[in-house]
Amino acid sequence: MRTLAFDVAHLLAGGMLVLSFVLLYQDRITATLNVFALQAIVLSLSVAWQALIQDAPHLLVTAAIALILKGFVIPAALHRIVRRLGIHREIEQVIGGGPIMLIGLGLVALSILLVLPVGENVSLLVREDLAFALAVILLGLLMMITRRNAVTQIIGFMSLENGLVLAATGAKGMPLVVEFSVAFSILIAFIVFGVFVFRIRERFDTVDVSALDRFRGERGDHT
Amino acid sequence: MALILDLILQAVQMFLVLALAPLALGVTRKVKARALRRVGPPVWQPYLDLWKLMHKEAVLAHNASWLYRVAPYLLFAVTWVAAALIPTYATNLLFSWSADLIAIVALLATGRFALALAGMDVGTAFGGIGSSREMMIASLAEPAMLLVAFTVALVAGTTQLSTIAENFIDGHVGLRVSLGLALVAFVLVAIAENARIPIDNPATHLELTMVHEAMVLEYSGRHLAMIEAAAALKLVLYSSLLVCLFLPFGMATTDKSFAALGIGLLTYVAKVLALMVLLPIGETAIAKMRVFRYPIFLGASFAAGALAVFLLFVSRSF
Repeated sequence: MRTLAFDVAHLLAGGMLVLSFVLLYQDRITATLNVFALQAIVLSLSVAWQALIQDAPHLLVTAAIALILKGFVIPAALHRIVRRLGIHREIEQVIGGGPIMLIGLGLVALSILLVLPVGENVSLLVREDLAFALAVILLGLLMMITRRNAVTQIIGFMSLENGLVLAATGAKGMPLVVEFSVAFSILIAFIVFGVFVFRIRERFDTVDVSALDRFRGERGDHT
Repeated sequence: MALILDLILQAVQMFLVLALAPLALGVTRKVKARALRRVGPPVWQPYLDLWKLMHKEAVLAHNASWLYRVAPYLLFAVTWVAAALIPTYATNLLFSWSADLIAIVALLATGRFALALAGMDVGTAFGGIGSSREMMIASLAEPAMLLVAFTVALVAGTTQLSTIAENFIDGHVGLRVSLGLALVAFVLVAIAENARIPIDNPATHLELTMVHEAMVLEYSGRHLAMIEAAAALKLVLYSSLLVCLFLPFGMATTDKSFAALGIGLLTYVAKVLALMVLLPIGETAIAKMRVFRYPIFLGASFAAGALAVFLLFVSRSF
C-alpha cells in the first residue's frame, strides 16, 4: 500500500503546500520572490516524479516548462522589476498576519474535506494530489486578496497557477497542448502585469494598490 | 535480580540527564563564544557556577512568602522527573510506562506555573513583567506542542514515548512530510520554551525585553542554583525529546545487552551534543525579536503543526 512512489509524491506535493504557507507568511518582497521560485522548482520535481510513476514522458516537458519559465525566468524578471521600482528592500504590511494563517489553515481543511469524499474508485494518490492542488489554489487566491502590493499580488496569481498545474498532472492524461497554452497564457499575463505595475507606479507614485481605492471614490469621505 | 537491573538502568537514565545538563549548557556557551570570535568560558563552567551558588547565602526579600522558597525546588523536581521519563539511551525502562508525551507536557507546564507565581510573589515590577510574558509565550507554545504530540501519536498510533521510538527505529513509517513539519514546529516551540534567541536572550540581565531572567531576578544562592539547574535540564529534556521522537536511531530497544546499551549511551550523548552545537550557530545568525512578534513566530509553529495533522488525514486511506 505504502510505496516509495506514493511517499515521494506525498512529500513533494506537501512541500508545495508548505511553501504556499511560507509565501503567505513572508513579508519581504525579495524573499517572497525566492520562495516562489523554490515552489516552482518543487512543482517541476513533483511533475517529473509523476512522469516517472505514470510512465508518461510528455509530463517531463511540463516539468521542464515549469522549471525554466517559473523557476528561473519569471522570478528573475520580477527581481528586475522590483529593483527598477526601487522597492526591493521594502517590508510589506501584511494585512492581519496571525488571522490570515488561521484562514489559510481553514482553507486547507476545507479543500481536504471537499476532495476526500470523491469516491473509492479514484486512487489515494490522485485524491491527495487534488486536495493539495486545491489548497494551493485557494492559498494563492488568499494571498492575492490580502496583499496590497501589486508585485506580491502577481506572485499570488502565479502560485495559484502552480496549483493548477499540480492538479492537472495528478489526473492522468492531460494533453500537452493544454499545458503549452496554459504556459503561454501565463507568460502573456505576466507581461501584461509587468506593464500594468509600471502604469500604476507612473500614475500614483506607488505600487500599493490601496492608493487606487481613493480614485475609485471608495474612501472619499476622509481624504 | 531482573528488577534490580531495571532499577539500575532507570537510575543511570536519571543521573545521566542530570549530569549532562550543565555540560550541554556549557557547550552552547562555548560554541556561541567561538562563533562570535571570543574565547568563552570552559565547557565545565556551569558545574562550577552551580557549585558556587550552592555554597552562597540565599538572600530573601522581606515580604517573600513560602511560595517563593518552595518554587525553585518544585521547578527542579518536575523538570527532573520529566527529563528522567523520556527514553534517552534505551526504551522500556522501568518507569517509562508511567508518563506519556502529554503527561510530560503537563509536567513542564506545572513547573512553569510555579515559576510564574514565584516571579510575582515579591511584587517587583520586573518579576511581574517576566511572569506575564512567560504566560503569553506558554499560551502560544502549548497548543503548537500539543499539535506536534498529536502528529507523532497519529503516525505511531500511541502517545507512549518508548513505543513511538521503537516504531520509528523499525523504519516502516516511511517518508512523511508530516513528521518534517512536526519537527519544524517542535524546534520553534523548543526555542521559545528554553528562552533562547530570537524569543529571549539567555545571556542578559539588562534588557527590558528579557523574559526568563526577569522572573528569576530576585533569586540568589541555592534557590538560584536550583533554577539554573532546572533551566539546563529543560534544555536537555527538549533535545532528548527531539532525539527520541525524530532521531531515535541507535537506541537500545529489546536487546538490553551491555554492548547495545553502550551504543545507545554513546549515540545519545553524541546527538545531544550535536544539537547543542547547532543551537548557538542558529542563534548567532538571527536577531532577537520584538515582544509583539512572538505570536507570529509561534503562530508559524502552530501552523506547521496543524498542517502536519491535516496532511496525515489526507494520506490515511479511508
